[in-house]
Amino acid sequence: MSFVTNNGIDQRDGKLGMTFLYVAFAALIVGASCGVLQGLVRGGLIELPGFLDYYQILTVHGVLLALVFTTYFIFGFLFAGMSKMLGKMTSGERTSGWIGFTILTIGTVLTAIMILLNDGSVLYTFYAPMQASPWFYIGLALFMIGTWICGAAMLTHYFRWKKTNKGQLTPLFSFMTVGTILLWYVASIGISATVILQFIPWSFGLVDKINVLLSRTLFWYFGHPLVYFWLLPAYMAWYVVIPKIIGGKLFSDSLARLSFILFLLFSIPVGFHHQLMESGIPEFWKYLQVVLTFAVIVPSLLTAFSMFATFESAGRAQGATGLFGWFKKLPWHDVRFLAPFIGMIYFIPAGTGGIINASHQMNAVVHNTLWVVGHFHATVGATVALTFFGITYWLIPVLRGRQLTPKMNKLGVIQTILWSVGMFIMSGAMHILGLFGAPRRTAYTTYQDHPTALEWLEGVFSSQVTMAIGGTILFVAALLMIYNVIHLAFLAPKAQTEFPISEVAEDAGQTPRILENWKLWIGIAFALILFAYTIPLWDMIQNAPPGSPPIRTW
Amino acid sequence: MHLHRYEKYWLIFGVGTLIIFLSVIGVSAFAMGNHPPSHTETIDPQNVDETPPFDNPGLEQIDEHTYVATIKAMTFGYQPNEIEIPVGSTVIFQVTSQDVVHSFTIPGTNVNMMVTPGHINKAEHTFTEPGSYLVLCNEYCGTGHHYMQMTIEVIE
Ligand code: HEM
Ligand SMILES: [Cu+2]
Ligand SMILES: [Cu+2]
Repeated sequence: MSFVTNNGIDQRDGKLGMTFLYVAFAALIVGASCGVLQGLVRGGLIELPGFLDYYQILTVHGVLLALVFTTYFIFGFLFAGMSKMLGKMTSGERTSGWIGFTILTIGTVLTAIMILLNDGSVLYTFYAPMQASPWFYIGLALFMIGTWICGAAMLTHYFRWKKTNKGQLTPLFSFMTVGTILLWYVASIGISATVILQFIPWSFGLVDKINVLLSRTLFWYFGHPLVYFWLLPAYMAWYVVIPKIIGGKLFSDSLARLSFILFLLFSIPVGFHHQLMESGIPEFWKYLQVVLTFAVIVPSLLTAFSMFATFESAGRAQGATGLFGWFKKLPWHDVRFLAPFIGMIYFIPAGTGGIINASHQMNAVVHNTLWVVGHFHATVGATVALTFFGITYWLIPVLRGRQLTPKMNKLGVIQTILWSVGMFIMSGAMHILGLFGAPRRTAYTTYQDHPTALEWLEGVFSSQVTMAIGGTILFVAALLMIYNVIHLAFLAPKAQTEFPISEVAEDAGQTPRILENWKLWIGIAFALILFAYTIPLWDMIQNAPPGSPPIRTW
Repeated sequence: MHLHRYEKYWLIFGVGTLIIFLSVIGVSAFAMGNHPPSHTETIDPQNVDETPPFDNPGLEQIDEHTYVATIKAMTFGYQPNEIEIPVGSTVIFQVTSQDVVHSFTIPGTNVNMMVTPGHINKAEHTFTEPGSYLVLCNEYCGTGHHYMQMTIEVIE
């Protein structure tokens, strides 16, 4: 039997990737609908009908966007890219991909049902001792297992390629995929441990109490690398795809690989920066993890340098002169470039905000305020989401054998601008409101007309009404995105569309082989984790207070 | 591995800034005592009412300008839900939860701490301006989370 390929990707692999993308965008539109409702409620502009609770839709929003949209998009993108770069998967690998998809989806549906039945309004962080239905946690566990199987399919693909191409440097895309998957594996130990060892037995009533601090710590051991799991695929597009789209070359293959290794090492032993305001964790360990948190700035700087070096040399190669002449040469009208580029620009203030959050003392001002919500809408909602949208505009045409028409490109540019403006307004207002103390995860309230809280509904840029306006623009952008996705997948003219993969610049130098020594890097990653976590975790278990019984407060 | 000259400058500048920044945070925390709330004392969350000092929550004056406020957080409020202090007082807040996770947050100040069941958390603040200070919970704790509040009246 012979199978057709679409643009160098085996059609059967393409179908697997595309199926992930369909789920991702279904999650996006439902999640965005909840988002706009949240904004309108908090702005005091609407009231939810009796059958919908604010915290229920907030749980849907968090789970669908932070977990479902991101994870499905990432697996769709990575499966497609791996098939493109390393050749088609074996049928065993592909079957694993489908099994992973199925388990992941059963888990997602199970958790979603529990949330819809109002048996899981515990938000996507599900902090104990609030207790959801046991099936909520079973769904989460299946979700994790599904991702492991998908990841295993890609790792097998990669190591098979390595074996048949002995001595050759692996393609950068596949190297980065492996880095991302390994990061996910190491991170998922934390959430799996708390869900499987703590929440599931406790929610079935097999044990009657739970160690709250331990569960929170295990959650955040996972929670921070989770954000890097979103960010790394976006970086992959920046490093591997964008240079090609702008007609340039990748600045340096080794620096790209080095930055991924550094992300792998420094994004995990840092979860305490989410628990800085919490009792039970000695200050020394908090500070230690703050120091490790800041180490992640190094690969971020490497990435920023690499990007702008690529832009500049691409511009110069096209005849740009002067200090900033290259800037004009960039393809501003091409949505495949514009969307991720705006994403990059968003990361400059967003990353700076992250430094503020992680700083010990400044965290007291912003912790759990709307500032934090503004921060992660700038990082994941703008930087990551815009990059993913930018990828979508060429990836769906590739996988579906269609074309991004000039008209669709224009709609894409409009969609990008709407999303960027909406995010700027919403996230900007959230940042300012947070500095004034407005809490996150809180339905409309004036705290019995307390003057402090009334101020949060006034003002131009510092008002929850402004936040609602930004959210509405975002919702329109999300609707347009869905139209674009449907068009690209089903209506656009059939054509050959290229999967853009850039070459490395000639003067970039050799890539040191040590960068591909995964055993070494995983070893160092674990050493850092043990260093940062062993003593405080031991302490949490040894000196634990009496545990907490389950409580349902919604 | 080959590093471009400008890239070296860029990294040296970045890492240098980073080191200065971390030193400032470290000195401020360990030499100047600007600690984030990290109290490690534990308590049985099911017996808060019987465990001193939470068997008798409220305000206690410990010297001329210093008070200790012992506060219980619960769905969906604090006990006591109002305290009154003269302007210029320093208050040490010690808070615990008798059910789920809450926070104890005073907008406009640096008091913003998590209150997790099983632990006692502490923060300190000097109120130099008179007025009515709102205390709120900024960690989701259930359907009535947005009603959870108390006030601190700082009087002349
Ligand atoms: C239409 C676009 C969007 C709108 C209007 C929107 C709006 C909001 C609002 C108003 C909140 C704050 C609710 C509160 O704290 O009370 C929120 C929370 C959140 N949003 Fe969005 N958002 C959008 C897109 C996204 C995207 C694309 C992501 C991630 C990929 C995302 C992830 C989150 C997360 C993780 C939370 C926190 C949930 C929690 O606290 O449990 N949002 N969003
Ligand atoms: Cu983090
Ligand atoms: Cu609360």
